[in-house]
Amino acid sequence: MEKLEPTGKSETCEGSSDNFLAKQFSKFTEINKKYAKPQIKMTPMVRIALLGLRIYLIVLVLVLVYKFFTLIRV
Amino acid sequence: MNYVSRFYYQYRRVIKALQLYLLIAGPGLIVMIADNDAGGITTYAATGAKFGYALIWFLVLLGPVAYYVQEMTVRLGAVTKHGHAEAIFAAFGPFWGWFSLLDLSLVNWLTLITEFIGMTAALSIFNIPPVFTVIIVIGIMMFMVMQGRYWTWEKLAMFFCLLNLVYIPAAFMVHPSVGSILQKGIIPNLPGGLTATLIFFLMANIGTTIAPWMIFFQQSAVVDKGMGKKDIPWGRLDTILGAVFTVVVAIFIVIVTGTVLYGMEISSAAQASTAMMGTYPLVGTLLAIGLFDAGLLGAICISLASSWAFGEVFGWAHSLNKRIREAPWFYAYYFFAIITAGLVVLIPNAPLVLITLFVQVIAVTLLPAALVFLILLLNNEEIMGEYRNTTVQNVVSITIVIGIISLSTLYAFSVLFPEIFA
Repeated sequence: MEKLEPTGKSETCEGSSDNFLAKQFSKFTEINKKYAKPQIKMTPMVRIALLGLRIYLIVLVLVLVYKFFTLIRV
Repeated sequence: MNYVSRFYYQYRRVIKALQLYLLIAGPGLIVMIADNDAGGITTYAATGAKFGYALIWFLVLLGPVAYYVQEMTVRLGAVTKHGHAEAIFAAFGPFWGWFSLLDLSLVNWLTLITEFIGMTAALSIFNIPPVFTVIIVIGIMMFMVMQGRYWTWEKLAMFFCLLNLVYIPAAFMVHPSVGSILQKGIIPNLPGGLTATLIFFLMANIGTTIAPWMIFFQQSAVVDKGMGKKDIPWGRLDTILGAVFTVVVAIFIVIVTGTVLYGMEISSAAQASTAMMGTYPLVGTLLAIGLFDAGLLGAICISLASSWAFGEVFGWAHSLNKRIREAPWFYAYYFFAIITAGLVVLIPNAPLVLITLFVQVIAVTLLPAALVFLILLLNNEEIMGEYRNTTVQNVVSITIVIGIISLSTLYAFSVLFPEIFA
């Protein structure tokens, strides 16, 4: 029975590391849930600003990807 | 007797106001002066060397620009008692929240590397090996936060802010012509016409004036300091003084390099400092000290901006008023960021120039988002109440934000595709 103790302990350690990872992952889920509903009132001005931002970022990312591939080709 | 009592009353009033200001002072001054970080010093030194005093008027204009943006963070922080990262999560949801948080941590970490590059270059002028510089800097930065008091950290940071003034005596030592400065620098002009090089320099100067970390830093600092709605006027004064301070320092750097190194191509502030050593050794030394100090101040603020942002979102204890055991994750992130950034600089043949260029490009992905969110939040009556932006404030701040976004985007494009601006 005594020989089983270390195994038991290692299982506890693995269990705790699993718990740790699960805890961290659940933290992300918790944050997503906490802020799921945006507090800001979605007025036309807010919608236009956010849409403009999305388009801006998409264009910028595309330019960066283009630059990255042209650099690699060189 | 009446005059004496009146004078004494006014004197007591001024002293009390000064004492109150000294209690509230900090976030605005520190963020503005830290804005003159290693990259900023390089930009100003290069501007002076390239155009002499001709662009001083432009630097004067940048003061109000920085003030208008940063003043909004004071109001937002004082009213909501939340940092900018948390405010974005709460107002715009997880998509924009995670985007801002992750982008901020990447930009800040890369900027932190550039601060270490500046600091190691500055101290290498005094034959101090980079490894020692990195150890010294990490030691100072750890010491500053380990006291477990925001007040102590802030006063130490303000001491480093004062060191930023070394450029003022340096400028007097090179005996610039005051008449020439006033004649060439004060009246707005475009030296050599609107050339690609001039546009590049104008964009670079704007890029150093408003950085994404500044918005996150000042708002979090306002919250950590415990400033409330009643402190907003003092926060404004603090920010105005900081803006004046940062412009004055920038002008004096331009005067130094514009007087001594005019016509020289300067690619780094350390190079300017070395070039000064031949003719003005003391000025060269002061420039190197100033560069080190600028990098250190930048590093202090940037690393804290990230730690505060993560702390707010993840719900960790995230105050400089807490000791390490009370806020382990907050300090762990802070130490992790500074140690890893310091180590990158020590990697032999690390692509440091590429990193410096990359920072300017990546910052442009975050800056527009941070500024747009700031304006939207400041216009929300439910969040801001009577402290929401007025029409005049909106006209000014939206114009500034559009200008900053356009020019910083152009700057990123000029870094990515230099042939377009050649």
